[in-house]
Order: sequence, then structure tokens, then C-alpha cells
Amino acid sequence: MEFTFGEEHEALRNTVRSFLDAESDEAAVRTAMASERGHDPGLWRRMAGEIGLAGLVVPEVHGGAGMGPVEALVVFEELGRSLACVPALSSYFAANVVLEVGSEADQAKLLPDLASGRALLTVAHVDAGGRWDLGVVSNEARREGEGSLLDGDWRYVLDGHVADRILAVARTSDGLGVFQVEADAPGVSRKALPGLDLTRRLADLRLDRVAARRLGEGDARAGLERAWLRTIAALAAEQTGAAGRCLELATAYAKSRYQFGRPIGSFQAIKHQCADLLVKVELMRSAAWNAAFVAASGEGDLEVAVRMARSYCAEAGFEVAAQALQIHGGMGFTWEHPIHLYLKRAKSSELLFGSAIQHRERLAERLAL
Amino acid sequence: MSGGGEAIGEEALRARVRELLAAAHPDEVDRVTFRRAQYDHGLAWVHFPEGYGGLGLSPGLQAIVDDEIARHARTTYADLVLNPIGIGMGAPTVLAYAPEAYKQALLPRIFTAEDVWCQLFSEPGAGSDVAGLATRAVRDGDDWIVNGQKVWASLAHRASWAMLLARTDPDKPKHDGLSYFLLDMRSPGVEVRPLYQITGDAEFNEVFLNDVRIPGDRILGKEGAGWRVAITTLMNERVAIGGYSRPGQGMAEKLLRLWREEGPSSPRGAQGRSAAEIAVLRDEVVRVHVESELLGITNQRTKDAMRAGTPGPEGSVAKLVQAELNKEITELALSVIGSDALVYETGYPLERVEAGERSLREFAKHDFLRSRANSIEGGTSEVMRNILGERMLGLPGEPRADKDVPWKEIPRGRA
Repeated sequence: MEFTFGEEHEALRNTVRSFLDAESDEAAVRTAMASERGHDPGLWRRMAGEIGLAGLVVPEVHGGAGMGPVEALVVFEELGRSLACVPALSSYFAANVVLEVGSEADQAKLLPDLASGRALLTVAHVDAGGRWDLGVVSNEARREGEGSLLDGDWRYVLDGHVADRILAVARTSDGLGVFQVEADAPGVSRKALPGLDLTRRLADLRLDRVAARRLGEGDARAGLERAWLRTIAALAAEQTGAAGRCLELATAYAKSRYQFGRPIGSFQAIKHQCADLLVKVELMRSAAWNAAFVAASGEGDLEVAVRMARSYCAEAGFEVAAQALQIHGGMGFTWEHPIHLYLKRAKSSELLFGSAIQHRERLAERLAL
Repeated sequence: MSGGGEAIGEEALRARVRELLAAAHPDEVDRVTFRRAQYDHGLAWVHFPEGYGGLGLSPGLQAIVDDEIARHARTTYADLVLNPIGIGMGAPTVLAYAPEAYKQALLPRIFTAEDVWCQLFSEPGAGSDVAGLATRAVRDGDDWIVNGQKVWASLAHRASWAMLLARTDPDKPKHDGLSYFLLDMRSPGVEVRPLYQITGDAEFNEVFLNDVRIPGDRILGKEGAGWRVAITTLMNERVAIGGYSRPGQGMAEKLLRLWREEGPSSPRGAQGRSAAEIAVLRDEVVRVHVESELLGITNQRTKDAMRAGTPGPEGSVAKLVQAELNKEITELALSVIGSDALVYETGYPLERVEAGERSLREFAKHDFLRSRANSIEGGTSEVMRNILGERMLGLPGEPRADKDVPWKEIPRGRA
């Protein structure tokens, strides 16, 4: 695998970074996270319209930017760096599911609204047991005439409290199905969860005899797996961007903070911690790049690349944020300093989509260990 | 013989190799005869100037020479096996700094490996801080008399020549009082002893220098300018070591093999271990495998970045990660082996040469001990972290007790 970025990637990175620097600085993040919705819908529509973030991988014919996993890598690194409160991960997941599972007609119906930012679309697949694993889906869909009826509880739905439509995953007589549920349909109830991480919101969803339309035909498991893996690859990029920012903050603090008449970064006790953070960020970057390039090329084993990235970035991403907080000393423990926002995002990102141990277990199976 | 020159292309170079093979073929003549002919054809190190074993070409073209020889001969010689320090570090230093007569006398014999070389820099009291070394060279007429102790010298027991760094002026700050000498290892007063490691092998030596006399014309560079010459040697060390397979490459693969063949799911490795114990171990095995893979990818990124002309911090990260990971992997290997790791089948022979054939288990146990040095040799992990912190992240240096101070006034412990 060769990692080459073109001028268009640099341009994309610069565009996204300038936009976020201007529109989603720390003050904006704090305002958004204190709001009821948890994000600024106007900002999201502008990101959708001006830089195509909502429909990143949506084909141009459906109003998207027609990009791929490497461009997503660039964008999510920047989103992680800024901690922007926008429904980017949920939209990316949903777009990938529609592309992998939906028919041409499904795509034409769902993707334009998603790409323009007019309607938020998210995916619900974790059942009441709370396990992030497509192999563990207990909610069932019942056929009713031409359509289906859904009953049950779905947990930890990304941006589920504000989504306009939900793609709910349920078992059917012929494998896994993905069902389109309108958020305002009778029988839909949802509850915003008070999150550990205030910058990315989750909701629980209860469906009570809700009429739903199935996407595509036949068992959706393989398509869902691919969409899931691509989303985890994007999350790894986001974690890398956030960790890189933590390293920047810690290094800058170590240079400017004086104790005992010296910048604390001149003490090896602090300097070596910074060096260890640099090492972790570089390995995270390797992991995230590898996952994105494997996803883009279609060569190599996507599952292995993504599970490697997932298991490493989950743990290292948190360790970097935690150690960066330690380097900030008492300042790092204040609400006023932004490092706790990164710590909370890092822990929530570690817990989303399954633990590092869970992903290593699947890797062990793949490696015949 | 066709003339060498700047414009020589790959085909002309290959033709020149075939001329060499017509004059002296490695399958037909002895090593010294063949290598001497290769030197005389300018094919020893093609990036050296003509007349010194080279043709003034780019160093990358040496691979063409090696390839062409390998195409036409069964017998080939590996520089890094024959005379790694002489060829990798000695020759470039001699070329850059030695008087003409020494260049002519020494360079061909380095290439033929008639003269094996070693390097005498490190001392018991000067490891990470090698510029603080204490071996003294004192003038005696035109000559120098050297006294001191050197350590971690590979190949000193076979070497005819050494690159020696010694202190000629203790009143100057440490970097300014050093001089660089060519030392004939056969001189009276040079004593070489094997340095036994925790593995029971001796890959290195201690070298004691007692009133060793060095003729005045064997100083390289000017008196007091030895550190600059040493930098040349050390830069080439990095290039030379880059040619070796990195220590520990494939260690994670060995661990996976060990798990599959002799781990808890094999009859020999089961040892009545509980499911929980096996699950924890397996998770750790996968974890170090993932980190090892990510290190490989990081190395790949370094190559890609260098090709694009934008080298980043990836290369400096690699040494640190590899060293620490090797230790983790081999510690884990012992956990996988379980109680049988109490047994060290090969024993500790206290011999110079490493033992020969080993089983997978014996390798794991040996590597467990040998890998302790990975985070010490070639720059300790602490020094690597300083480099990353100061050069990559721009953090300030420690206040120093040895800056602008005469060397003899620098505080030091007892070596």
C-alpha cells in the first residue's frame, strides 16, 4: 500500500481547516454543546452546501461530492482536530449504508436530502443489549402487507434525537434488513441521552408498531458490514486528528508554562511524555491512513485494516488525551480549558463501535490464533 | 579498459562489471584477488572517486554492480559480513580525512577484508554522552601515547585497524578537546577481551589501551577536531546499519508462530490454563501484532515521504517503537511458553560466538534476553525521546552542566 496524497487532498484539507477555524472555534463548540440539539443546524447546512461535508461520499448524481475514503480521512482528521459539533459521523455512516444496501431508487430518494443537509439521516443498529456488533441483532421486523412493522429498542443512535429519518437494522426471515423510519411517524419515541461527551450526541430509540420501508433486497449483512467498517475507518481518522491536536496543545503548554524557573517541557519527565504522545499519534496516523487507503483501493483486507486501526486508535486516542491533560496540570482539570472536551470525546470514541478488545478478538479469529 | 566517468549509464556499468569478471572471476580466484580486481576496476564503491575503488557515480548504482556480479557468479561476497565497520564506516572516513598514502594503503585492504576494522568510541564512562570520553592521547615527540579503556567494540578481536576517538586537550570544553586517530590494533599495549552479555554470548569486546604509541601522521583531521571526523563516521554508521535487517524484524511473526504451534491451544502449551488466561494472552498477542504491523506501515510512510521529498518525524519514531516493542513481544513469548520458560535449554556458554541451531522456543528465550539491549544500543530510548521532544516538537533542552566548561571540570561519577 502506497500512501500518496495529491494537491486536491491538500486543497481539501486547507478548505476544511479554514472553514472550521473560522466557523467552529472553541467558543462555537462550547455554544453548540450547551444547546439542546447539540449542534448548530445552520452551520451543518453551510458545511453541506459550501464544502460538501454532508454528502462527502454521495455520488454527484445524487447531489453529493462524489468523494471516497481517502478524502473522508482528510475531512475527519480535521473534524477531530476542531471537535466540531456537527452530525458528520452519523451522516457518513448513513450515506455508506444507503450506498451499500439501498437500491437505485432508495439512493435517489434518500441521498439528495442527506447531501444538501436538508434532512438528517442516521443509523440505528445497537439493540437493547447494548452490544456494538452486527452479529448481535435481536430486534425483528414483521411483514405487514407490502411493508414492514418494527418493534423494539435501539440504543446509542448517533444524533438520533434530531435525525429526520432513521435507518433501523432488524432481523428478517431472510437475514438482516435496513428499514427507513420517519422520525415523526406514529409509534416513534426517542430520548436524548445526557452524554459523557457533550460534543457528539446519542439517543435511545423505541419503535412501537412503526410502519417502515425496507431498503434494497435480501440479506443486507455484507453491505452493512462494509458500511460499518468504512465508518469506523473515518472515526479512526477523527481520533487521529483529535490526538494530534492534544499533542499540539500539550507541547505548546510545556513550552510556555514555567515552574522552578524553567519551561516544564525542558524537564525530561514532561518531554518524554510528549515524545510518547508523538509516537502514539504517528502510529494512529499509520493505522488510519492504512484503513482509508485499503478502503479506497478495494485491495487488501478491509476488515483487518479497519479492526487494526480501530483497536489501536481507540486505546491510543484516549491515552493521548489523558496524558495531554496530565501535562496541563491543574489547568487541565478546569472546565475553562478545552482539554477535557478532547478527553471526553476520546473516551466516547473509544466506546462507540465496539471495544478494542472486541475488535482484537475478531482479528485473532482472522489470524487463526 | 574503458574509462570511468560521470556520464556512465547502467548498461556501460554492467559492461564494466563483465570486463571485471573476464579479468578475475570470483568462482575461479580467491576472495582477495577478486575483490582487489573489483577495487581496481572502480567497482568496490562506485560513489568513491576514481583511483580509490570508485567511479564517482551515485551510490544507488552500486546495486547494479552487485546484481551483475550475482548474475554471472555463484560466489558473491556481502560487505556487511566481510567487514561491516571497515566498509560501512572506515572507508568513508579514511577517504574524507586520511593522508593520501594511507588512502592508497588502507582502502583496498578494507575492501578485500584483509584488514578488518573496528570502532573505539564508547567507554565505560561515556555511553550516551560519548563526547565526554576520557581516553587520553598525549604527545611524545611526533607520536602520541594513548591510555584508556574502550567498550562495546564489535569485531575488535579480529580487527587490524581501529577508528579511535581520544582526548588530546582536557582543558577545552568536551567537544573541542577530542582527536581522531587511526590505530593499528597490532600495536603493543592493545589488549582485547570479550565482553560477555546477559545472553552468555560475546558479540562485543572491551579494549584496554596501555601506553599505546601512534605515529603522528595517523591523526585524521586536525588535532582537536576529532568530533567533526567522528560525525562523519557516525553518519555513515546510520547508513550502514540501515542496510542490515533491523533487529527484531519478524519478531511479531515469530510470536504468532509460537502461539499457533506451541501456544495454549497446542497439547504442549495447554498446561491446564483457564479460558480467561488464554483469552487475556491472546488479546495481548494480537495487540503487539497490530503494533508491529503499524510500525511497518510507519516505515512505509517514511519511504513515501522521502520519495516525495518531505521527510517527517516517522523515521525517528521507528527506532524507539521497535526497541520497546521487541521487549514487549519477547516478554509475551515467555508468557505464551508458560512454565517451560523456567528452563533455558541452551545454557549460558560464555563463548564469543552465538550458539547455532535453536528451536522456536529457544529463540524466544534468547530473544527475550537479547532484546533488552535494543532500547540501549544505537541510542537509548531515553535519548530517542529527547531527540523527538527537542528536534521534532521543539521543546527546550535541559540546563547543562557541561556546556562551555573545560572537560576536566565536568562532574563525573566513577567509571
